[in-house]
Amino acid sequence: MKRSRRQFLKVASLSVAGLGAQLAAGGMTKAAAAVKPSYKEDALALKAKRWAMVIDTREFTSKEDFDACINACNTAHNIPHIPGKTEIKWIWKDAYEHTFTDTTNKYQSKEIEDREYFMLCNHCENPPCVRVCPTQATYKLESGIVAMDYHRCIGCRFCMAGCPFGARSFNFTDPRPYIKEVNPKFPTRMIGVVEKCNFCVERLDAGKLPACVEAAQGKIHFGDLSDPESEVRKLLEENFTLRRKPSLGTEPGVFYII
Amino acid sequence: MLEKVLKGSPKYYMWLAFLGGLIGVGAITYLFQLKYGLSLTGMSRNVTWGFYIAQFTYLVGIAASAVMLVLPAYFHGYKQFKKIIIFGEFMAIGAVIMCMLFIVVDMGMPQRMLNVMLHPTFNSVMFYDMMVLIGYLCLNAIIGWKTLECERFQVVPPQWVKYLIYTSVIWAFSIHTVTAFLSQGLPGRHYWLTAVLAARFLASAFCAGPALLLLLLMIVKRIAKFEIGKEAIKTLTIIITYAMCLNVFLFLCEVFTSFYSNIPGHMHPLHYLFAGTEQGLPWVTYWMWIGAVMAIGSLVLLIPTSLRENMKILPWALGMLVLATWIDKGLGLIIGGFAPSPFETWASYAPTVPELLISLGIFAVGAFVVSILWKIAIDVKKEAGTL
Repeated sequence: MKRSRRQFLKVASLSVAGLGAQLAAGGMTKAAAAVKPSYKEDALALKAKRWAMVIDTREFTSKEDFDACINACNTAHNIPHIPGKTEIKWIWKDAYEHTFTDTTNKYQSKEIEDREYFMLCNHCENPPCVRVCPTQATYKLESGIVAMDYHRCIGCRFCMAGCPFGARSFNFTDPRPYIKEVNPKFPTRMIGVVEKCNFCVERLDAGKLPACVEAAQGKIHFGDLSDPESEVRKLLEENFTLRRKPSLGTEPGVFYII
Repeated sequence: MLEKVLKGSPKYYMWLAFLGGLIGVGAITYLFQLKYGLSLTGMSRNVTWGFYIAQFTYLVGIAASAVMLVLPAYFHGYKQFKKIIIFGEFMAIGAVIMCMLFIVVDMGMPQRMLNVMLHPTFNSVMFYDMMVLIGYLCLNAIIGWKTLECERFQVVPPQWVKYLIYTSVIWAFSIHTVTAFLSQGLPGRHYWLTAVLAARFLASAFCAGPALLLLLLMIVKRIAKFEIGKEAIKTLTIIITYAMCLNVFLFLCEVFTSFYSNIPGHMHPLHYLFAGTEQGLPWVTYWMWIGAVMAIGSLVLLIPTSLRENMKILPWALGMLVLATWIDKGLGLIIGGFAPSPFETWASYAPTVPELLISLGIFAVGAFVVSILWKIAIDVKKEAGTL
């Protein structure tokens, strides 16, 4: 009895070890065989070392100004309209004190306080969401954009706990029934994954500016922060701007002209 | 030794069947959650972790607490604990299994769980958490099983078991530290962003775990008719008392730092938990005050030696302690972390019925695992005459 058990264990452990070795060897050959991706970039693709956005909040005066941008984003990215506390939003508007939580002063200019402000993913330089993601489903592109692979996301929502800007949404339910008209150019998401603004990386690759920037008709600017000659850099030099929660050191890429 | 599982009294089978029923209810509810998603829970865009993750956090502590028996026994040669160590180790196995299940039910895409290992991400604390939990489960299973087997055959355990035991001591500290690191390194979550969080977790674990263990042993010893040993109880309750004092002290350190600094972000979570908001008191406030009273009450009953050694009072003191620590970690911690949202608004959360049923099912799985493991341990020990 004892002998046979020992024999079984020997055989079993050897098999497991063999299998492990094989897997490891397979992994190594795979790594060695890794070559550059074979896709070709679109000749029109817009490129930058660090994409950034400058929102001229002075220009957003009516509900229509905001809605144009929000609707453009919602349509471009198949964002479902789910009411209530489990809503999905990539770009939205809110009051001053909710946007700039640590830059609130008493007796501030009424005009500035009454204004509404866009919120979206800040595409941080040091994104906590990328740091905490256990599967690299959220990752940073060379252009500074914080992107997501919806097919790798396990829905642990660690990134949502990590993001200090509340920029991420989770598909608590199947989003597809909540999409009025599906845009076939962009994938819809499935239940159980996180999503957020992607700075329209798919449009940049096709040579187009982000949907909200296009819809804003000059009220939102987009460009390369690393290029001193870029429009966004010039705007930052000429105007007083704020960023959300700069003290946390995430280095947001969305600037607000106040 | 597995055969011991199959030979038991009708009461033992009824208990297992009862747990099986609860597991069934939880499992069926979970099927609904798989279909309709986490929309069945009380979680929302601003409160993205809830009851599940809170229970996970609490139970990692329960798992880690086995070290409070192992450490004195193996590092300091304290023999009185040797008899009950196996119960701590087997309880840790049940606790780790519950932890893992709570993680799985919290996932939006559980079928992709292996992505954590297929794409190991060394900058994510969750990767390490998965590793240390699996490691701790294996360590306790191997150590527990091997030492029990040796006890059965009345031989000295092989040397390698000792090395595993030493490893498990350090490992136990690490599992709960890593669990704390899940939350304490997140910018913008004021309630968690504190260096003492890991220390608080360990202190709370090292009182709550042994207290729960002792309570369960007191129940089981009546059913299975054996003695825990007076010395062992005395020493363990002293450990529990010190750990609880430390736990309360560390919590008060948090209160001081938050309110003396007068930084709004740091005061908000505590204010929400204990005093509510302008809109009124959230349900959790009542629980927090019950927890506070229970914590003080348990210390009042545990610190004076005359009360602590009174076997009629002790179970009450331990029960109050377990409840207090559970409210602190199993409710307050997660709710306090999310209550001030990133927009400085109050985000409320309450678990839903499906959420509670699934949790109940997981607790039943833990109870099931611990029941059969303890049954094996008791039967083997009785046969060997070591109980």
